[in-house]
Amino acid sequence: MLSPAFLSQLRRLLPPHCVLHEREDLLPFESDGLAAYRNTPDVVVLPENEAQVAAILKLCHAEKIAVVARGAGTGLSAGALPVDGAVLLVLAKLNRIKAIDPLARTAVVEPGVRNLAISEAVAEHGLYYAPDPSSQIACSIGGNVAENSGGVHCLKYGLTVHNIQKLRAWTIDSQLLEIGNESLDAAGYDLLALLTGSEGMLAVITEVTVKLLPRPERAQVVLAAFDDVAKAGAAVGNIIAAGVIPAGLEMMDRLAIQAAEAFVHAGYPLDCEALLLCEVDGVNEEVSADIYTVRAVLEASGATEIRTAESEEQRLKFWAGRKAAFPAVGRLAPDYYCMDGTIPRGALPHVLQRISEMSAEYGLAVANVFHAGDGNLHPLILFDANTPGELHQAEVFGGKILELCVEVGGTITGEHGVGLEKIKQMCTQFASPELTRFHDVKAAFDPGKLLNPGKAVPELHSCAEWGAMHIHGGRLPHPGLPRF
Amino acid sequence: MLDTLIARIRAAHAEGSPLIIQGGGSKTFYGNADEGEVLGTRALAGIVDYEPKELVLTARAGTSLAEIEALLAEQNQMLAFEPPHFGGPATLGGCIAAGLSGPRRSYAGAARDFVLGVRMIDGSGQPLRFGGQVIKNVAGYDVSRLMVGALGTLGLITEVSLKVLPKPTTETTLQFELDEASTILKMNQWAGQPLPLSATSWHAGLLAVRLSGAASAVHAAQARLGGEALKDADAFWQRLRDQATPFFDKRPPTSNQGLWRLAVKPTAPPLNLGDAQWIEWGGAVRWLASGLPPAALREAAKAAGGHATLFRGNAPRDGVFTPLAPALAALHRNLKQRFDPRGIFNRGRLYPDF
Repeated sequence: MLSPAFLSQLRRLLPPHCVLHEREDLLPFESDGLAAYRNTPDVVVLPENEAQVAAILKLCHAEKIAVVARGAGTGLSAGALPVDGAVLLVLAKLNRIKAIDPLARTAVVEPGVRNLAISEAVAEHGLYYAPDPSSQIACSIGGNVAENSGGVHCLKYGLTVHNIQKLRAWTIDSQLLEIGNESLDAAGYDLLALLTGSEGMLAVITEVTVKLLPRPERAQVVLAAFDDVAKAGAAVGNIIAAGVIPAGLEMMDRLAIQAAEAFVHAGYPLDCEALLLCEVDGVNEEVSADIYTVRAVLEASGATEIRTAESEEQRLKFWAGRKAAFPAVGRLAPDYYCMDGTIPRGALPHVLQRISEMSAEYGLAVANVFHAGDGNLHPLILFDANTPGELHQAEVFGGKILELCVEVGGTITGEHGVGLEKIKQMCTQFASPELTRFHDVKAAFDPGKLLNPGKAVPELHSCAEWGAMHIHGGRLPHPGLPRF
Repeated sequence: MLDTLIARIRAAHAEGSPLIIQGGGSKTFYGNADEGEVLGTRALAGIVDYEPKELVLTARAGTSLAEIEALLAEQNQMLAFEPPHFGGPATLGGCIAAGLSGPRRSYAGAARDFVLGVRMIDGSGQPLRFGGQVIKNVAGYDVSRLMVGALGTLGLITEVSLKVLPKPTTETTLQFELDEASTILKMNQWAGQPLPLSATSWHAGLLAVRLSGAASAVHAAQARLGGEALKDADAFWQRLRDQATPFFDKRPPTSNQGLWRLAVKPTAPPLNLGDAQWIEWGGAVRWLASGLPPAALREAAKAAGGHATLFRGNAPRDGVFTPLAPALAALHRNLKQRFDPRGIFNRGRLYPDF
């Protein structure tokens, strides 16, 4: 609990409506997008400008109070989960677009600006901001930087780290860092890359300069059905080997297809094991050439059905099923648990086979949605949290899937971040020397461990304890963290 | 080989004696002068893994860029950041440690954008592995990218995994006679339109624009932009990439003129710092052969939204790179201290104080 003296100091820094401490005001902030993890914050502060952010950090540093930064709260790894005895620093009110430079193709925005709002604001100039996480209507750019968010178009257009060029950020001891500049590079170490994806552990971002791209002249999507997931997986590699870099390349398995079709009636074929959506975009003539190549490759790869969207309306319809896949799967069971591993694409048949075997072993169904182009797999484990033990089973099963991703040369998280959710699997992916270096990086910025403590990088002794626990098959204890 | 390197680094760490990491020696001119015994990486050579369908190549640090590029070319793929070789046997490790990119950079991305993972040895002799061989990976801090451009000061890179891309089927370069101000405007206007641009260059009143992609797309863009097709364009871009033209020639050690690289906001107006200038990267890099005082050039670069580096020439006292703001300088020292506590790697190469 925070002391009344500290709270009154906090209130002196901010207008009354920017400090929340009554229980009913705190409840909306008890979890991020991963609602299985909840913890009521002690206090929530909602600064309205950068100076207030700096003042809050200065006070917390002086009083040795931890700070958890939060954007729109759409994260999927419990990265913004409140920590006991910490201040929850919500940056949502810093939501101004400060400048748009159409000729230089940049926009300067505050961290609370929504991802999609950037593209909307620059659309009149024929430009857009490329990374498009599925939560882009709601998620904010500050959170995108903290998580290095991706989206459907990563293979061609990159992640957040490839699409920003400058940050203003504050360390816990209230030092302003101006990282990057208006050119394409900066002197010294690439701290822009280090801060991107650092999950609120190193500094608090108050301004982001994003790069903007010209809107592609044309985008067209091809849908292909396969009677075997392995064939669909091979087709993905064949498209890339043919020299095409699709703007989006998505795959769904049978359960995901059926769920999506029942939900949005996208017109998907239902008598297949896997569906590929391959979108190409760019200059008009380039798209024509690529569509021709993609169709030929899909045919040679054994697709049972190939359809090319002939209109924008049809393109959006093809995508509607994929974009609604998560809520659609959500109708099949009371709860689902979304995993986020990345694998080398060649390992896909093996990984899907193993997931299917484990699904039988744990008695929990899985629908697979796959950013096939970049190897990012989203298995959705279906369960019912009201059935005693099922959430636990789902978490254990999910952990096994992530360990499998590491085993085949992949990673435990492609775009959702580690947060608190995958902190145990960090011990699988990294050995102690690497984890030690991560703690060193943290210490270079925040030696007192006040920013987002307990997230993203496990303590070495925790890995040892979890390893032991793992042998006994016990459940992870997180003191002060209720789960249901 | 790896064991030998680890042993040497551990010994140097124990004694606190500095080492100079060297691959092919093609970039010895770059950065500040460093001191110590040479730690060569050429023996650490070989391609570890290459899966064209995965768009990923992994090779040891001492592998030559030429070997990597030849292998990629067999599969119609390439290193899209077009790394400079500078006419020497440039290695992958040096390429990533220097973090330099070539003409395609402003349209395809920089060296750091294509790094997926590294294996390295830190200053205490501890082998480490960060990132991996997959395109999307957000587990842990991005130490792989931190190594890019660190000039070996945080550790010896022993292996790198890179994302590679298909080679465009067609490339054409167009040339225009155009003044500097109009060139800067055109470069930026074109970059904001859906055009298959892949490189731009301006020098002595001549703008060159490379188009890459499907033949039909390149021809359509050519019809739209006009200009004269440049003959022998591949050689032109390669010479620019490797600075193998008289403009970039090494300055004699006694000359008070240096080759300065001013990285600026691409729309920055003409800098008016003298006539000897070469513009690249859509206006974002202005090369200057200049004898002006470093402070004046740095001030000009800062006013234009960027920073200035003395690329070739006699280093000023505060070093060839733009000095960092105090808060950033402190973070640099903290990171250096953690990765190389006794400061054995490339001492002074990036900044004179570490």
